[in-house]
Amino acid sequence: MSTKKFNPGDSVRVREAYPPGHVRTPYFVRGCNGQIQQFVGSFANPEELAYGRDGKPEMQLYRVTFKQSDVWQGYQGPAADTLVIDIYEHWLEPIS
Amino acid sequence: MSHDHDHDHHQPHPYQPDIEDKPFSERMVMTQAIAELIVEKGIVSADELRQQIELMDSREPGLGAKLVARTWVDPDFKARVLADVNKASAELGIDTGDIPIMAIENTEDVHNVVVCTLCSCYPRMLIGLPPDWYKSRAYRSRTVREPRKVLEEFGTTIPDDVEVRVHDSTADLRYIVLPARPAGTEGWSEDKLAELITRDSMIGVSLAKSPNTI
Repeated sequence: MSTKKFNPGDSVRVREAYPPGHVRTPYFVRGCNGQIQQFVGSFANPEELAYGRDGKPEMQLYRVTFKQSDVWQGYQGPAADTLVIDIYEHWLEPIS
Repeated sequence: MSHDHDHDHHQPHPYQPDIEDKPFSERMVMTQAIAELIVEKGIVSADELRQQIELMDSREPGLGAKLVARTWVDPDFKARVLADVNKASAELGIDTGDIPIMAIENTEDVHNVVVCTLCSCYPRMLIGLPPDWYKSRAYRSRTVREPRKVLEEFGTTIPDDVEVRVHDSTADLRYIVLPARPAGTEGWSEDKLAELITRDSMIGVSLAKSPNTI
């Protein structure tokens, strides 16, 4: 089992990738910058389970917070509004 | 004569078509075929399949309301709910199954609302089957993009100095919102408090009912 790569507060970027098939990272958040809110645990990889495979090795899952204004251009609402999305580690890259 | 029974019985009344009168969609056929196959192959029995459907149908928002009401009167219990909903629910005799559920608390500064943009993930074991609108494309696509407008349409206005935090349930967690306890309910029993806690308030599209409504 792999050890987790990120800690709460770390700045991350969602990979801007568009692989085919069953993917759990919403399209609209790819390429966006966010912050690790919480490490949730490790789970069998749903992108593998979807094809009847065992989902091993398990993937680390995080809750990642995004500012709405970083996700949507021209977001209509206060700057403090946020979006929290569950994202697996292989979809996240560190940013300094 | 108050009712005329001499009308022409050869003219049938208009009737609502039964589900079976509509054509089967490909997905309905596929669902049926898979259900028959897993029974035929002995993976689950027809009775186990029926039991599972019965279990899901027995779930309703009253279970979640009971949990939330307890968090309103017992801060230690609330801390346990925030740490582990499944474990805390078991204390109340509520079986929440294997999928981890996370509680998110509304406060003076933050209003939470839940959506699953990819499908329709929902804490069914605590609040029952999701309403149709929760599964609609409009709710799923708009809640992440213009949450305040969606909330307005549900009759919920969140002041600008309160952060709206949208939770997109894309993976292995389910979310339940803990609505804030309304003022004017001091000294109320848990049962009475639970009457204020609706399904929609636990999804986050509304607040708990105000005490003068019951």
